[in-house]
Amino acid sequence: MSILIDSNTKVICQGFTGSQGTFHSQQAIEYGTKMVGGVTPGKGGQTHLGLPVFNTVLEAYEATEADASVIYVPAAFCKDSILEAANSGIKLIVCITEGIPTLDMLVAKEKCDQLGVRLIGPNCPGVITPGQCKIGIMPGHIHLPGKVGIVSRSGTLTYEAVKQTTDFGFGQSTCVGIGGDPIPGSNFIDILGMFQADPETEAIVMIGEIGGTAEEEAAAYIKDNVTKPVVAYIAGVTAPPGKRMGHAGAIISGGKGTADEKFAALQDAGVKTVRSLADIGNGLSELTGW
Amino acid sequence: MNLHEYQAKELFAEYGLPVSKGYAVDTPEDAAAATVKVGGDKWVVKAQVHAGGRGKAGGVKLVSSAEEASEFAASWLGKNLVTYQTDAKGQPVTKILVESCTDIAQELYLGAVVDRSTRRVVFMASTEGGVEIEKVAEETPEKILRAIIDPLVGAQPYQGRDLAFQLGLEGVQIKQFTALFLGLSKMFHDLDFALLEINPLVITEQGNLHCLDGKINIDGNAMYRQAKLKEMHDPSQEDEREAHAAEWELNYVALDGNIGCMVNGAGLAMGTMDIVQLHGGSPANFLDVGGGATKERVTEAFKIILSDENVAAVLVNIFGGIVRCDLIAEGVIGAVEEVGVKVPVVVRLEGNNAEIGREVLGKSGFNIIAATSLADAAEKVVAAAGGSK
Repeated sequence: MSILIDSNTKVICQGFTGSQGTFHSQQAIEYGTKMVGGVTPGKGGQTHLGLPVFNTVLEAYEATEADASVIYVPAAFCKDSILEAANSGIKLIVCITEGIPTLDMLVAKEKCDQLGVRLIGPNCPGVITPGQCKIGIMPGHIHLPGKVGIVSRSGTLTYEAVKQTTDFGFGQSTCVGIGGDPIPGSNFIDILGMFQADPETEAIVMIGEIGGTAEEEAAAYIKDNVTKPVVAYIAGVTAPPGKRMGHAGAIISGGKGTADEKFAALQDAGVKTVRSLADIGNGLSELTGW
Repeated sequence: MNLHEYQAKELFAEYGLPVSKGYAVDTPEDAAAATVKVGGDKWVVKAQVHAGGRGKAGGVKLVSSAEEASEFAASWLGKNLVTYQTDAKGQPVTKILVESCTDIAQELYLGAVVDRSTRRVVFMASTEGGVEIEKVAEETPEKILRAIIDPLVGAQPYQGRDLAFQLGLEGVQIKQFTALFLGLSKMFHDLDFALLEINPLVITEQGNLHCLDGKINIDGNAMYRQAKLKEMHDPSQEDEREAHAAEWELNYVALDGNIGCMVNGAGLAMGTMDIVQLHGGSPANFLDVGGGATKERVTEAFKIILSDENVAAVLVNIFGGIVRCDLIAEGVIGAVEEVGVKVPVVVRLEGNNAEIGREVLGKSGFNIIAATSLADAAEKVVAAAGGSK
């Protein structure tokens, strides 16, 4: 088991022949990911990295029966790419691209929900089940197959958590970067629920950041639904309150969103919080007795 | 990106929404002339800065002569306005809005924002307009009315009417409010707003709705398709170093500590600041060099960090995912050489080719301290900067 992806997951790439798509597809293939093709409009029929190129996602899906699509197209075209994938029949979309307008994401996310499509990202490193399938831009070599599920809003912070769980020998079941954008395709709660249900995940590391209330909502969810040990770290205790403009942001968040409030909410839910990024491995060890 | 009040009102006017007649000026003479152009015998003069709370800070005044308008402009232009929403230095005033005076019967609040929790644009309205609105939201949340916009359908007239009736509006005001609500929603979507606020939205003595203020924040990710709004950008309202950093695609925020930080990734950059503070140090900045940390950008990042005279030591923390740490190490050495870095530099490299990177640094002969772990790096940089405070 694992969540979202495993050694049987067939993956296509949107933006396949571009520089990002090419580089990271190459890396994914070397890692052992079952890449089955890619999409670049106008280049259908060609072969790239030894795999077929299609003009549309629907063609690619029908020919390859892909389970997942990874998106590397530029931000301005991502709404279109996500909607194309969501309407093709593919059930998992991982969007790596950063800089997508928020209003585009409101529409893309809503459509994915209506179509029953799982969207991860955007603005994220992707998803990896170590030793089986890597979808995204994370360095494969720092991972180790194992028992910790990692979910994070930040790319490089995920790598820190991965490295520590690898160094301690715990390894990872699956690592999911949900991305730091205001409107992520999946949030902490979605992924926590999957980790709770996954028999191979024995403990969970959750990495959050200041801003928004996703961590507070996750804390409430954990309190009621998660029985596995959870270690959490929140970045941004020292971040200054930005120059503000108007009141609407503060009214909508109801005074939530600082690191201290997030730590407090998580502790109240029985989560072990660590104040130092360097203590994630130690925290897991203390909590689980491993 | 933030807009000034006068720019927001220009946009409101383009969408047919009710605003006062006014002119934005940048000299005292033009302020006096604007009173004539606006007409009448009373005017409101307002300092234009990217912050709220201007009225309480003396940045808004009711005047009854061209001379008074001119004096107000002379007293503020070129100065900084400090409000409870700015930092201690305040924001520079480069423009004054001179507009006709409105007789106010009642002050309402109307705002809209992208709400992360519901993943919707949410409009908020209240009968309790004015600067105490946040207190109202906290103490009496039931006084904040909401309309949630379906992203696939858009704002509907019934939602506007519903808010209007709940606000206690009457007669022609119901139609006025609904038109305002639909117009603002259209603007929000057409122009990629992240935040919109009219506080106060007033009912005039004549019983009409009128937008007395306007705050707009545009989604930075959407600037590529908002060419007209991009021209409204006012760099004077931003920190000079932050603006310079942005030109190099470096995300920099100045802080008041003495340990310069250079990190790849925003989350890790915040995590690095946190760990520096945990070890008794005080970060001088937030700086994210991004994924593609090239030698040129590392060099530029050093220049920006060192332009802050308080910096007593620099911590470079790079987790090389795809980038090779040996290349980063060479970049750091090149930067230290080119910029002539005088303060100690602590470097922590992890990930791709980190070992080789550390060797390269060790052999450089510069005052570069290699750290073996995150905690080690934090300890070393705090010591190098003169110890824990």
